[in-house]
Amino acid sequence: MTTVAVLIDHRDGEVTRPALEALTLARSLGTPVAVWLGSVPSADAVALVGDYGATEVRVVDAEMRLAGHAAAALGAALEDADVVVVISTFVTKEIVTRLAMATGAGVVVDAAGAEIVDGRVETVQTVFAATWNVRTRIHTERAIVGIRPNTTQAVPADTPGDAVIVPVTVDRPATRERVVAVEPVERGAGVPLAEAPVVVSGGRGTGGDYALVTELAELLGGAVGASRDATDEGWISHEHMVGQTGTTVTPALYVAAGISGAVHHRGGMQASGTIVCINLDPDAPIFEISDFGVVGSLFDVIPQAIARIREHRAG
Amino acid sequence: MRILVTVKHVPDLQSQRSFTGGRVTRTADDGTMNELDEHAVEAALQLVEAAGEGEVYALTVGGADAVVAVRKALQLGVQHAIHVSDDAIADSDVFGTAKVMAAAVRKVQDEAPLDLVITGMAALDGLTSMLPTALAAELDWSQATLASAVSVAGGEVTVERHLADAHETVVAPLPAVVSVTDEANKPRYPNFKLIMAARKAPVALWSLADLGVDPASVGREGARTVVVDASPAPPRENRVTVTDTGDGGTQLADFLIEKGLA
Ligand SMILES: Cc1cc2nc3c(=O)[nH]c(=O)nc-3n(C[C@H](O)[C@H](O)[C@H](O)COP(=O)(O)OP(=O)(O)OC[C@H]3O[C@@H](n4cnc5c(N)ncnc54)[C@H](O)[C@@H]3O)c2cc1C
Ligand SMILES: Cc1cc2nc3c(=O)[nH]c(=O)nc-3n(C[C@H](O)[C@H](O)[C@H](O)COP(=O)(O)OP(=O)(O)OC[C@H]3O[C@@H](n4cnc5c(N)ncnc54)[C@H](O)[C@@H]3O)c2cc1C
Repeated sequence: MTTVAVLIDHRDGEVTRPALEALTLARSLGTPVAVWLGSVPSADAVALVGDYGATEVRVVDAEMRLAGHAAAALGAALEDADVVVVISTFVTKEIVTRLAMATGAGVVVDAAGAEIVDGRVETVQTVFAATWNVRTRIHTERAIVGIRPNTTQAVPADTPGDAVIVPVTVDRPATRERVVAVEPVERGAGVPLAEAPVVVSGGRGTGGDYALVTELAELLGGAVGASRDATDEGWISHEHMVGQTGTTVTPALYVAAGISGAVHHRGGMQASGTIVCINLDPDAPIFEISDFGVVGSLFDVIPQAIARIREHRAG
Repeated sequence: MRILVTVKHVPDLQSQRSFTGGRVTRTADDGTMNELDEHAVEAALQLVEAAGEGEVYALTVGGADAVVAVRKALQLGVQHAIHVSDDAIADSDVFGTAKVMAAAVRKVQDEAPLDLVITGMAALDGLTSMLPTALAAELDWSQATLASAVSVAGGEVTVERHLADAHETVVAPLPAVVSVTDEANKPRYPNFKLIMAARKAPVALWSLADLGVDPASVGREGARTVVVDASPAPPRENRVTVTDTGDGGTQLADFLIEKGLA
């Protein structure tokens, strides 16, 4: 039987939705074992990962800040694992690289799915700004897969796992780097960009006014995104930037308002489920990848769309 | 201050990028130096300028066409260019590439020690962002990645990192591998004099044998992962564009409602 270790993504002690997606994917590959880095999880958190099939919750009191530390902790917790599943982020990519260097495992990051074919893990990925689909086979006995949020539908297990807590101890390896200052980023209400099921982004066309974009995002239960031009202008903070050098998003719905669709921007959102755009310029490249595009001003179109959705919901 | 920057040859983002039998199609015509590596070159040049002494090496690993990437680095002002090329390197995964690069770094160090290796934050084709960490591990150097600001003092490098949840300051002793983001600086433009000089500047061409790397440990043979299929994504079907003549917002909302998205 294949043992699949899942690094549980958590925030303020709560299990994130991508973690449940990762557990769901892990169940399709074998028997999921949850790995929790940090102080002991709450009973609710343990029960939740159990609902999604985790047979064990291995807890290592370790920090994520230095890749070397986190990789050692993860390594100690999953010595018996055949497959390791993490949510792909800049931080986890470094952790799994260290883990792979120590264990000889093959790694694919930013995967949209994974399955076992003839005893080895194969992944699917979209590359080149979602214009190509690639299937990669991991030859090694141990495989590490980083998956993108929103690529697996989180579904609880038919039979919950026992979620037995197993404390794991690890000697903190010596690392030469020192984190000398940490300044937490103020997080707005709602889900973070990378995990949001809906993203409404505004670009230069907003002229710096994010009120309508924010209102639509809230109405749709989504997060606010932005183009690089908008963050460079200082209209909105860098954490909102979608694109190749910002956050890559794959929500069920992506709304681009006043964004031209430059290749760097598309690289971070083109794999989204449904793409909708509002732009004054019918020749803007964003129309080429939109399922539904409106040639018009966002200042006219968004308020009307909000009103229509409210009216529809009111029945 | 002696710094080596890594520069990758990648297909131009604006070109029709494609795969030919599981391998990225790379040609000199529409291939360029990875845009994000311009920030690595700029960071290295600025550190040497700030130190008032030193030199910068540019290293690329890739097929014959990849020399384009180090020529571009020469145009920007680096002093030395190295192109590692060997048929056996084709289809390397991150770990194979890191092994080859580490060997090249060691060969440069045979002349005199390096203080830093600076890389871009990601190669705009593979986009794994794993290489800097793999290289640091392979060299057993300290690492400071995703730097939006870099400075060196007292035998240590200090970087600022803007992560999704926090802004960090990390200090690492030299020698270190540093990756820089596109926030780190504004890359300079090549000047005419350097462009002319870069044409004639020598580029060291090294094979795996020159580096003492076993060909079986890299390339397709050594790769832990292999692309087994690559196909163009089907275009989005039933795309609709409407022009707002007073009811564009309503039409947009109706589309979302019908799709169950609102
Ligand atoms: C190395 C590098 C990395 C980069 N990484 C990223 C990245 O990660 N993410 C990113 O986004 N960019 C990135 N960029 C920048 C990118 O190339 C574009 O410059 C940027 O995405 C453009 O932002 P924009 O669409 O908001 O602005 P513009 O291209 O100026 O487009 C604004 C659009 O708004 C429309 N508009 C104007 N008024 C209205 C209105 N009232 N209603 C509706 N539409 C209106 C216009 O018709 C236009 O199409 C990068 C660039 C480089 C060089
Ligand atoms: C579409 C695609 C998907 C891939 N997926 C995987 C995968 O899942 N797992 C895996 O192990 N390998 C993968 N590879 C192979 C991997 O891309 C190469 O081994 C590559 O050389 C290193 O990774 P990267 O391009 O992602 O670089 P990144 O880690 O994104 O690059 C960071 C920096 O490293 C430097 N750099 C990287 N490569 C070179 C080079 N050849 N020469 C000079 N400097 C360089 C550049 O400065 C760059 O800015 C993939 C390749 C492609 C094209």
